[in-house]
Formats: sequence, C-alpha cells, structure tokens
Amino acid sequence: MWNYTDKVKEHFFNPKNAGALDEANAVGEVGSITCGDALKLMMKVNPDSQVIEDAKFQTFGCGSAIASSSALTEMIIGKTVDEALAVTNRDIAEYLGGLPPEKMHCSVMGAEALRAAIANFKGEEWVDDHEEGELVCKCFGIDAAMIERAVTVNSLTTLEEVTHYTKAGGSCQTCHEKIEEVLEAVLAKTGALAPPKPHAPGTVGLDAIKPLAPKAEAAPAKLTNVQRMQKIMFAIEELRPQIQRDGGDVELVDIDGKDIYVRLTGACSGCSQSAGTMMGVQAKLVEALGEFVRVKPASLLPVGA
Amino acid sequence: MTANTVQLGIYLDNNATTRVDPEVLAEMLPLFTEQFGNPSSMHGFGAAVGGKIEWARKQVQALLGAAHDSEIVFTSGGTESDNTAILSVLEAYPKKKSIVTSVVEHPAVLALCDYLEKKRGYTVHRIGVDNRGNLNLDAYKAALGPDVAIVSIMWANNETGTIFPIEELAQLAKAAGAVFHTDAVQAVGKIPMTLATSAVDMLSLSGHKLHAPKGIGALYVKRGLRFRPMLRGGHQERSRRAGTENAPGIVGLGAAAQLALMHMTDENTRVKALRDKLEQAILAAVPNCFVTGNPANRLPNTCNVAFEYIEGEAILLLLNEAGIAASSGSACTSGSLEPSHVMRAMGVPYTAAHGATRFSLSRETTEEEIDRVIAVVPGIIAKLRSLSPYWSQAGAPKEFAPVYS
Repeated sequence: MWNYTDKVKEHFFNPKNAGALDEANAVGEVGSITCGDALKLMMKVNPDSQVIEDAKFQTFGCGSAIASSSALTEMIIGKTVDEALAVTNRDIAEYLGGLPPEKMHCSVMGAEALRAAIANFKGEEWVDDHEEGELVCKCFGIDAAMIERAVTVNSLTTLEEVTHYTKAGGSCQTCHEKIEEVLEAVLAKTGALAPPKPHAPGTVGLDAIKPLAPKAEAAPAKLTNVQRMQKIMFAIEELRPQIQRDGGDVELVDIDGKDIYVRLTGACSGCSQSAGTMMGVQAKLVEALGEFVRVKPASLLPVGA
Repeated sequence: MTANTVQLGIYLDNNATTRVDPEVLAEMLPLFTEQFGNPSSMHGFGAAVGGKIEWARKQVQALLGAAHDSEIVFTSGGTESDNTAILSVLEAYPKKKSIVTSVVEHPAVLALCDYLEKKRGYTVHRIGVDNRGNLNLDAYKAALGPDVAIVSIMWANNETGTIFPIEELAQLAKAAGAVFHTDAVQAVGKIPMTLATSAVDMLSLSGHKLHAPKGIGALYVKRGLRFRPMLRGGHQERSRRAGTENAPGIVGLGAAAQLALMHMTDENTRVKALRDKLEQAILAAVPNCFVTGNPANRLPNTCNVAFEYIEGEAILLLLNEAGIAASSGSACTSGSLEPSHVMRAMGVPYTAAHGATRFSLSRETTEEEIDRVIAVVPGIIAKLRSLSPYWSQAGAPKEFAPVYS
C-alpha cells in the first residue's frame, strides 16, 4: 500500500471543489481514460481582474490523482492567471506533504491541466505532448522518445549520462533497466555499440581490463550560463532524495561565479554533520561541472546580492 | 496496541495471500524451539526434523494426488518453482529453442520468458485468450512443434479465477514431445487434483496461498522426467534443490496441505455460495459493472468485477477505509499507468479495465462479512463516479457504453 501523507488522504477522502463548474470560462483537459489518469479542470476567471474566482475538477484516477486535483483547485482560487502559471507540479506535491515518487505524475497532470485551462482562457492552442511514447521514468514523467532524443542529440553512452541529461532514473531507480534497454537500442542503431572481442575460453580478454583513465585536465567545452545553472540544479536534485532520507533537505539559493549558495533545511539545519553535507554537495557539483566551485551556506550570501 | 487488539477488518484478498491457519502455526512452532536440528545432521536433533519433513512431503503428495512422495521438491515458493521448472527443462533439452506459454501468466513465468527471449535467443509463443479469459486452443495447437521444449500454462488465473483445461493442454503438449508445466499456485487446495493419472509433468504451488506461511512452496516433478537443479550446492531434496531445508515452512506447508484437502468441499460449496451472493448483489445494486473472466468455469473463491469509469486504486482506498481489503487489476496500485495485462489480454475496454476489482474469499470468510461488503460497495462506487469526468449526473455517457459479452 502506498504511504500517503495525511494531507493526501484528507484531499482524497474529502475532495474540495469536486464536480462540474457550469459557469467555467477556462477548461483544461489532460490525460485519457486509456492511460488511467484524466483530469478536467474548470475555472471561472474574471476577465477584467484576471483573478480565478472559482475552480472545480473532475478526475478519473487513483487516490493521489484525485488529491492532486483537489489540492490544485485550493491553490489557485484567488490567484490571478499569471500567478497561477507559476504553480509547478512540485508545488502541488509539496502542498500535499509529498507524493510517492511513482505518483509524481499525478501532480504533473495537475500542472498540465492548469496550463491547458489558462491557454483555453487566453484562446491559445494547447498541445499535450505527454503521450509520445512509453513512459519510462515515472518519477519525472520521461518517455522513451525523450530518452532516445537525448541520447542521439548528445551522443550519450551511459545510464548515468542519460540521468544527467533527462533526469530519467534519478529518483527511485526502478526504471534503470528500461533506460539501459532504450540506450542499447539507440546505440545499436547508430553502430556505437562495438561487439566485444572474442577471447580464448577460460581466459579473461584484454578488453576486460580497462586502462586507467587519463587525468581529466582537458578543458571542458565552455558552458553557457544557462547550461551551467541547469547542471547545478540537476546535481542538487539528484542529491536531494539521499538527504531527504535523513530527514533533511537542500535547496539552491544563488549562484555567484564560483560561489554557490545553498540552504540546508529540516534535520540538516543545525545538524552537527551539516558541514559534511556541504562538502558532499560541493564534491557533487565539482564533479558535475568539471570545474572548481565553493559551496556556501545561504547565510553567507552578501547583503544586497 | 498488541496484535490481538488490532481491528483486522474484512479480508477479501486471499489470492494475494492467506492468513496462516492456527493449526498450521501450532505444527510449526516446535521446529523453531526444541526441534531445531539440521535434518542433514547425523544426530538425534537432525533425525527428528528429517522425519517431519518426510511427513510434510506425504501431505503435499496427497493434496496433489501424486503417485510418489519423491515427486515433491520443496522450494521457497511459486516464483522459484516456476523458474526452476522452466530453466530445468531448457537445460535438459538444449537443442529445443521454443517455449509455449499464455499471455495471462503470472510475472514469475512471463518475466522469465521475456528474459529468455531477449537475452538467450529463445522463441516464446504467448497464447492469447478470448474476452472471457479462455485460452485460444487453435493458437495453442498451432504453436506446438518439435522445437518446443516446455509448455508452461497456469491452472487458474490469479485475477479472474478462470480455469484452463489443463489435462487437455498437457496431453496435447505430450503428443508434441514437449514437457508440460503448470503454475497451479491459485488452483492447489481449491480444486481436486490427481496428478498420478495426469499428463502434467511439473506443477508449481505456493504455501502462503493456502494458509501456510510465506517463503515455502513446492515443485512437483513427475518420476522419470529429466531434471536440472537451479540451486546447486548440498544434496538436500535429492540434489534437486540445494540449501538447508526451511523445516518450519515445510512442516507448515504439510499441515496446510492436510487442512486444504479436508476443507476442499467447504471451498466448493459454502465459500462458492458466498462468492456468488457477493457477486450477484453487487451486479444488482451497481450499474455499469460486470464480472471479468469466465463466470461458468473459475475458482470457487474468486470474483473480479470491473466497475466502469472509475479507477481501481481509488476503490481500494475507500474499501480499506471501510475496513475491507480487496485487490485491483488497476495499474495505479503498482505505479504503472497500464491496466493489468490480464484485463488487456481479454480485451476489457479501458473504461472498465482500470476499475477491475478482485474479491477473493477463503474458508475463513463469513456470511456477516459478505453482507457488510454488499452494503458498502454501491456507495463507494457512486462516490467515485460522482468525481469522474466520464460519468454524468444522468449516469453512464452513451458513447462510452462498451459491449462486453
């Protein structure tokens, strides 16, 4: 049985704003009965003030899908359309006190329905690209097609690289075998996968003995600021589950050249081991960026920065 | 709170696992305390345990109607039995490169077959079923050929309870020169068996589905069949399954087999009648739902009802809140978005497959419990449908009404 938080249960057993909203002028529908999850979000937006005055939902789905929908309506009522656009799936999950990693797609569905409804209100066309291929990483909602694209475009060769580029497999890790299959299929197609050299029976082939990797001193290709920031964000995202398991959390606050400011929260704040945690974050970032950076607590952020 | 004061509620998920029978537990307990010897040891401590294991083997033999007690190999459970059976045959007949199985098997068979196909180059014929879950016999016959090493078809399906014509399938396999294995994890203890006069070569069973503990099972291997062990090591189980015997588990399984044989009639009369009562009451009170599988030919304890336009996990959560434990063929319970492979194989429409809910009874189920479930289910379904975008105030939308005969 899933380990749902009390907040998820509360919103599932007594959903808020369930049902049809007759005077809706913004409707977003995502998912389908085929994939087992569907959400119809209906909002009444004041055309002058752009404020979402009311919102209701109808959901076909599991407990966390219904809870995510209910939470979403509570979060957006009273917000302007532009304010609501800032609501991410993470916000929905956090509002609920967290969702099991395998259920994060329920919060993604909520965020997508919101965007679809706002697009509908603005008279824009909403493109739902959710169901492109088989969903491989359920935690981050990454499908096979996206992994294939990332592997091809960036010439990726390892599972680790796929995780770095797409986030797929970065959380619960249950999809690692599937990612490897997708990876192998692409590599086989592009011919990047050379067959191992045969060797005499009962012996170990020389190809099995890997030479020591040369010291990495070659200057890595210069990253753009955005790429660099993304790398830092991904690296921290990867670390979070580990830190969360210990009851804490880490959040990126600012990047100032070589100085990266983070905030430790939960059990980590004030923990005697927090310096060690900071060192761990630093090591991870150095590895991810291939350059030396200093990780500092947010409290050291220069005033006025 | 002690274990005795926990409100356990109504347990209708016996195809997932059963409660260990108190009599089974009583038989097992001495194996943890005074009779703790290793049966392989050359002293009295060991000998006492060895004798109990042989007693248990005879009980399992009796339940299966097998000709010899030496045909019973104790394993860790259904998955190990299934894996051992298939791998043993492939190793014993290395020139044959095909496997025949069905699309509705348990993952213990399906996942292994997928692996053998992908990584070891075997050809796997997966026989389909019709919309009532009956095996496509023509496709089955067509798949049998000289290259088939093993046929592995379940006796009864875990989700719908649908029973396959095992004897007929086994004889056809035999005529084609293939070994016939059946995963009978759900069927053992619920329907009578006489393996002594059957064409079945191998059969898997699992203790915890028949009121024995988890972690114990058995593989039936017909005398004379070529066998290659999966676990190699010591000479336990006549070198067919190495590893120190799980003596308490084995004795528990023996006791459970004895009880299952004794209660077989109850299973097929009282339990079956309760199942039918539950099913008919649900069908009468709830619109847009139907029984999946073959209602005329299935396990006496299983009913699987598909509720249209709602999703299984949500049903389970509300049932659980009402103190009722059931199971779902919905994928969201597993974190996947696809409904169960069994529902999909039967072509159950998506509108209903996601809402498939399994109620599986046991000899411990009472009439009061069934009455309570009957009272609660319609309200739960109505509540969830009121939230569903596919269900209008007036009832089921016309365009979705699937035909399912």
